[in-house]
Amino acid sequence: MSAFLALLQRDLRLALRQGADAMLVILFFVLAAVLYPFAVGPEPGLLGRIAGGVVWVTALLAALLSLERLFLADYQDGALDLLALAPQPVALMVLAKVAAHWLTTAVPLIAAAPLVALMLGAPSETILPLMAALALGTPSLSLIGAIGAALALGARRGGVLIPLLVLPLYIPVLIFGAAAVEAAASGAAIYPPLAILGALLLAALPLAPLAAAAGLRNALR
Amino acid sequence: MHRFANPARFARFAAAATPWSAALTALLFAAGLMLALFASPPDYQQGETVRIMYIHVPSAWMAMFAYVVVAAGSASALVWRHALGDVIARAASPVGAAFTLLALVTGSLWGKPMWGTWWVWDARLTSVLVLFFLYLGHLALLNAFDDPARGGRAAAILALAGIVNLPIIKFSVDWWNTLHQPASISRLARPAIDPAILTPLLVMAAACFAYFVTLLLVRVRAELAAAKLRSARSALLAHG
Repeated sequence: MSAFLALLQRDLRLALRQGADAMLVILFFVLAAVLYPFAVGPEPGLLGRIAGGVVWVTALLAALLSLERLFLADYQDGALDLLALAPQPVALMVLAKVAAHWLTTAVPLIAAAPLVALMLGAPSETILPLMAALALGTPSLSLIGAIGAALALGARRGGVLIPLLVLPLYIPVLIFGAAAVEAAASGAAIYPPLAILGALLLAALPLAPLAAAAGLRNALR
Repeated sequence: MHRFANPARFARFAAAATPWSAALTALLFAAGLMLALFASPPDYQQGETVRIMYIHVPSAWMAMFAYVVVAAGSASALVWRHALGDVIARAASPVGAAFTLLALVTGSLWGKPMWGTWWVWDARLTSVLVLFFLYLGHLALLNAFDDPARGGRAAAILALAGIVNLPIIKFSVDWWNTLHQPASISRLARPAIDPAILTPLLVMAAACFAYFVTLLLVRVRAELAAAKLRSARSALLAHG
């Protein structure tokens, strides 16, 4: 546990000292969402209807952007070898790095989501369900993304490879995340999609670190 | 069964089995195409276009079956370190991707006269499309490393993650589709299939299966030969 916390602290400190990364992710998120009114027209009715989906897709892409950095810096400077030599299981190290990734990229995204949703004219009663769905869904995105990031380590064109590996696996989270917003907009119960998002997270929480750890061991061999 | 896990022994078996398997494939395809294109009646609603089904449905079945083969080979390569498992996953993946593409293209060609559009976001179509992307990711990862063994192991992990996710994706796409799109165009009436249509379909399915096995045997031998070449070349370089 202390090793987990130490690694989490180190990664958070690195992210905070470098600073710019989290801001860039947010900036990308807002910019990409702002492109939609230009593409589909400024009509409020249409924009309000697709706002939830737009926020989900752009948040997903923004989270994807930062995935390559999850292990790459540590892989290149050799820190990953030392971390893998530590007595703690590699999966625990993966979990700590994923937690740091989620805290530094997804939490700011969740905080910025209401702003983007309101700018697109989303109905105000969908804002809280959107944030709840993002809070439950983005940890799964980070966990599944860690598998792709670990597998693409050291590959040629690794940065382009990760989206190809990870995006198909993101579809369930996207479906139920957007369904929660949709349910809130139409006055249906938002509990079922949120419960399924929670179930996906509970399945990803033990399985994804194991797969990512296997990928890392393969990369370090 | 484990006797054949030895690559050299399997290569000998594959060399002996390939002509038989190829002959069986040719025979089944001849019979199946004969039945499907000439001997079977046109559908009373769909007319002659129903014949697309005799390619489409077997391709879709093989698309899923090949992914199971890829995942099974990957599991045996990761768990028991069977070299053959890696080779089989490597050999089956492009064939499965081709069958998936075939299912998508024939489905689209069939959809145009039946539904009036090339593509609908029907649950089945969408999950086959996702399956195609899973194949493409697997293939890309296989070939992304300078060391093929490393690419093989990474792709094996991805294939296992994919097979775990496949039911989840299938389920969520079904759910998504029923939510967003009421059954309007995509539901074909599906009465019990008449034997006049079922027989050619099953023969074509057997033909596609035999074709898959033949290709797998040929590709496994090619992969084994390529691995032998690689090690011979590196041994040559090591000795100067």
